[in-house]
Amino acid sequence: MPISRRDFIKVAGAGLGALALPASPVSANSIEKNTDETASMLYDSTICVGCRACQVACKRRAGLEHQVDPSGLYEMPHDLDSRTWTIIKLYKDQETDSFVKNQCMHCVHPACVSVCPVGALEKLESGPVIYHSERCIGCRYCMAACPFSVPKTEWEKPLPFIQKCDFCADRQENGEQPKCSEACPTGALIYGTRKAMLDIARTRLVGEDSYVQHIYGEKEAGGTSMLYISDLDFTKLGFPEQSDVSLPDITWPYMQGTLGVIGVMVTLSTAIYLRTHRKGQNGNNGNNGNNGDNQPPKGKEA
Amino acid sequence: MAVRLGEIRLRRYPLGPGMILVWILGALGMGVAVYRWIFGLGATTNLSDGRPWGLWISFDMMSGIGLAAGAFTMAAIVYIFNLKKFYPIVRPTILTGFISYTLAALTLLVDLSQPQRIWHLIIYWNVHSPLFEIGWCVMLYTTVLALEFSPVVFEALGWKVPLKIIRAITIPLIIAGVTLSTMHQSTLGTMLTILPDKIHPLFYSRLFPLYFYLTAIAAGLAMTVFESFHSSRTYGYPFEIKMLSRLVKAIPWVLGIYFVIRTAELFITGNYRYLLEGGAPAVMYIIEMVGGVLVPILYFSDSHTRNDVHGITWGAFFTMGGLILNRVNAALIFMDGSFYLPSWQELAVTVGLTCLGLIMFDAAVRFLPMFPEPTPKAVKRL
Repeated sequence: MPISRRDFIKVAGAGLGALALPASPVSANSIEKNTDETASMLYDSTICVGCRACQVACKRRAGLEHQVDPSGLYEMPHDLDSRTWTIIKLYKDQETDSFVKNQCMHCVHPACVSVCPVGALEKLESGPVIYHSERCIGCRYCMAACPFSVPKTEWEKPLPFIQKCDFCADRQENGEQPKCSEACPTGALIYGTRKAMLDIARTRLVGEDSYVQHIYGEKEAGGTSMLYISDLDFTKLGFPEQSDVSLPDITWPYMQGTLGVIGVMVTLSTAIYLRTHRKGQNGNNGNNGNNGDNQPPKGKEA
Repeated sequence: MAVRLGEIRLRRYPLGPGMILVWILGALGMGVAVYRWIFGLGATTNLSDGRPWGLWISFDMMSGIGLAAGAFTMAAIVYIFNLKKFYPIVRPTILTGFISYTLAALTLLVDLSQPQRIWHLIIYWNVHSPLFEIGWCVMLYTTVLALEFSPVVFEALGWKVPLKIIRAITIPLIIAGVTLSTMHQSTLGTMLTILPDKIHPLFYSRLFPLYFYLTAIAAGLAMTVFESFHSSRTYGYPFEIKMLSRLVKAIPWVLGIYFVIRTAELFITGNYRYLLEGGAPAVMYIIEMVGGVLVPILYFSDSHTRNDVHGITWGAFFTMGGLILNRVNAALIFMDGSFYLPSWQELAVTVGLTCLGLIMFDAAVRFLPMFPEPTPKAVKRL
């Protein structure tokens, strides 16, 4: 019930808000960003054959260690982790099965970028969310805040960094496509502008009834660069049921309200101080002008 | 302003089995912390990719800072509102605040993956981040608390010039402290508002900042009762029950506002349906709201319980427990993630840091004029 909650906040904010809440939330991100020309990828689970070429290509390019199965023959990570930026997972039930690719979603309004206290995560104009390890203090707020739980850290190291897909930002800058989409032999994963990817996705959904009529990532968490279509329910594929709220839009009004809080608290405290310290006021030592007020009282009150 | 050496010597250090245990646990905790710095978080904690924040963040940081709110509340009551009758408990409260914030900083150093870079907060800015604001406020407020407390040290040492300087800026310092506290106490709540889909609806709220601020004020006041209880039990100082009972009269108001808003929110958002569903979230919600909010309101509303040593102390414990439960529920138990129980190392550090706080408090009580007897003569000497 997002609307009633929002209305409630407005009412409460007007009544009590001066202290902890900004009375009139203004949002920096509420103006819709034009994401048409930003980088994007479309993954179609109905085409993916689970060959893991993307996964292996990613590890090569990023220099990530392989995780092998007990026989030592296969690259077999179990989930995204500090050595796995992208992974192909299998969903299987009695009737059907499907593969699904996971990696950083490169949100349009990334929570991780907004919460990082030292600005170690950055959203590039072109789309990718990249990580500046030289800034990171390791608070792991990005890991907690990410709605898709993508950032991972190197727990086994004494001084761990965050690890996550960088959308091959360096390659994109050179006009190349990300390694994973380049490696995909079936066309299950394609790369282009967000508008182009959405158009293709819509065309496919219209043409084929077996698809779930939903493009995951178009609106989730305020929209993501990575878009998904599938013939299976997205929750089955392991995607969280995510509201369309752009997460940084929740905290930003409060952060903007900070200046108001400073103003209100300083003014209020000073006003109360002046009012309670007028001449002849109870408890005053009568030593006005010399900060004598700050000394202990004369008589001991029980 | 002589160093009251004679008085200091008279103060007995409470060296008994309890204090020895505190020292041992403190040393153990520090030892484990050093081990953690050498071998890393993976080797010492049960944290994982699915559970990046554990006991240290939800208990030590979030609850610790909340419980330390007494420092700014008492400072405001005495210096801004000019209610001088509460002066005798200002010093221990500010000391507790300073110790709590020092411990919070230490916790952060234990919890950060890159603790040697904590100073990056100063050079790399991100004004969008609640944690950025908290980091700055905690740095500045710890400094303010140190300055607010410094007169006690200067008095003990008999340094008149610094004492004069600090007295001259007391009021601006207090106002800065109140402002910084309001900012970061509420921003600790803001920090969790960005997790609407990860925190259980019974515990998540867009009004976190307001809730955190109100509960911190209540628990901070309750903490002063606990301090007086500790000081009277350990050092035989008089338990200032009349003063404290007047102070805690404010708690039912603060918690009452909190209770009304939070209950109203529950019904307006329709989240009460999760209460009807039952299960662990509903049970914990009821324990938190009844045990940590309603019970303290009842305890402190009744003048008989309020003026009874046991009544007021129990009321304080319930209030403090309510804050801790509130923070741990929201930031740990009902936050989506992998299964987690703290490792013994995490517990050892948490216990060790708490013991370190007790040791610091006791050292201050022993060596510093913590509980001034404000006789007219003493006032003249200042």
